[in-house]
Amino acid sequence: MRKEVLIGGFGGQGVILSSVILGRAAAVYEGLYSVQTQAYGPQSRGGASKAEVVISDELIDYPKALNPDYAVLLSQQAYEKYLSLVKEGGIVIVEKDLIPNRNEELEKNFRVHAIPFTKLAEESTGLSLTMNILTLGFLVKLTGIVSEEAIEKAVLDSIPKGTEHLNLKALKKGFELGEKALKGEL
Amino acid sequence: MRYPFPVGTVDFIQGDEAIARAAILAGCRFYAGYPITPASEIFEAMSIYMPLVDGVSIQMEDEIGSIAAVVGASWAGAKSMTATSGPGFSLMMENLGYAIMTETPLVLVNVQRSGPSTGQPTLAAQGDLMQAIWGTHGDHSLIVLAPATVQEAFDMTIKAFNLAEKYRTPVILLTDAEVGHMRERVYAPHPDELELIYRKLPANEEEAKYPFGDIHGDLVPPMPVFGKGHHTYVTGLTHDEKGRPKTVESEIHEKLLKRIVEKIEKNKKDIVDYEGYGLEDAEIVIIGFGIVTRSAMRAVKELRKKGIKAGLLKLNVLWPFDFELIERIAEKAGKIYVVEMNLGQLYHMVKEGANGKVPVELIPKIGGEIHTPKEIIERIKDNLR
Repeated sequence: MRKEVLIGGFGGQGVILSSVILGRAAAVYEGLYSVQTQAYGPQSRGGASKAEVVISDELIDYPKALNPDYAVLLSQQAYEKYLSLVKEGGIVIVEKDLIPNRNEELEKNFRVHAIPFTKLAEESTGLSLTMNILTLGFLVKLTGIVSEEAIEKAVLDSIPKGTEHLNLKALKKGFELGEKALKGEL
Repeated sequence: MRYPFPVGTVDFIQGDEAIARAAILAGCRFYAGYPITPASEIFEAMSIYMPLVDGVSIQMEDEIGSIAAVVGASWAGAKSMTATSGPGFSLMMENLGYAIMTETPLVLVNVQRSGPSTGQPTLAAQGDLMQAIWGTHGDHSLIVLAPATVQEAFDMTIKAFNLAEKYRTPVILLTDAEVGHMRERVYAPHPDELELIYRKLPANEEEAKYPFGDIHGDLVPPMPVFGKGHHTYVTGLTHDEKGRPKTVESEIHEKLLKRIVEKIEKNKKDIVDYEGYGLEDAEIVIIGFGIVTRSAMRAVKELRKKGIKAGLLKLNVLWPFDFELIERIAEKAGKIYVVEMNLGQLYHMVKEGANGKVPVELIPKIGGEIHTPKEIIERIKDNLR
């Protein structure tokens, strides 16, 4: 089982952190192999940001995502750059409000879930910056790539002290949305 | 002893962080460095951990000073390390030679980025291979290790310290920005699981008189420690067994240099390490080191699925170089490909090893991206057509 995940957005959205949490959940709490890599440039906020996570039950040779099984696209730029890389039939999660221009023809190749994550994060926790954790919860529930327990532990390992309640709230909101998406209620 | 990071368990960390933690587990208690992308995370980790294990981490004025401080700390008895990347590695060449000449155990990590000069600071390359082996002037030998995964970065750091202490020599850990920055599953052993080597000290006052003499017949002299009462002289000039400068006597120079080279060459079997995949029946053998062997491994698996008998030789130690191993492979294989992130360095060593017995072809790549498996596969398949 080799699964490739690509997360793309802009600096400041927590793209890198969510990829690290996902990789950690797999490696530390699921006993799987995982590798996280990121496009690393001098920019920090505002510039393009991309991270990849490869998860497998055996030693991982090539460490990058060649044809992502799952993609989380959080900006128009990331959408345009990475959508075509996704494996046919793969799951694509899209930040609806931040990606106004969509390619319907290309999207037919994938299972696309377009959701206003930033808005929902702000509504559920009062902080739009919990969007990355909410989205991670959604990805995990929808794909089962790691268990809910594993991702929850990895989130708690990786966030600043005092923000546990807020982040778990965002994560659980993500699970809830994922559950709805699985039932076709979204 | 309590460690400021988890031991005896699995963690998910960057290659740079793994190197810092492994160094501390190996007993390193002195780090001197100068920040440089993509090696700075090693320094950052050392600055956090060292004060918590009664060690020292110090920022020097530049990379020349960094390796100089490491040489001094090693003579004061501490296992010592520095880390840098291309431009800093160039600056360290002078004192790397001093460390070789004075037989000072130390670990020098080079997290390679694209050069020459400041090049592409954030992107990976393997362009410093020849410099790692031959960059410092004069006849010499040393040890060069190359990890391909974060786990290997961890394990090879411990090995680097053991080899440095065992053979009283600088050891270079030649990694790259890709391995340095990627996060990966790592098992960090409990200290009880580790076999650590410490340098041989003079057994008595008589032995301490010969810090550069082969008094045990194993080519590695015991190393006195500054501050322990011995009268020791350490110089980069050609010196006799007592360490006294002897700069015009050709036989003293020859004896010293031959021993420095032979203590590595004659222990090649102990030092050299490699992994093979599918070599038993491989008609096409890919040879490489570090990060690109992961692409090559995937390429070999894919080629085998298509019925092409491919194999991989992943070199974990680049110096001393096992030319005989390459020759043995060349005697069986139909063709050798060398995959590396430069315009051809390992290629020349492999060609020398292959000794004309089989065609050797280079698959180079520069610009910061690692080869994709597809790039390797297509190049090999093109040639089969």
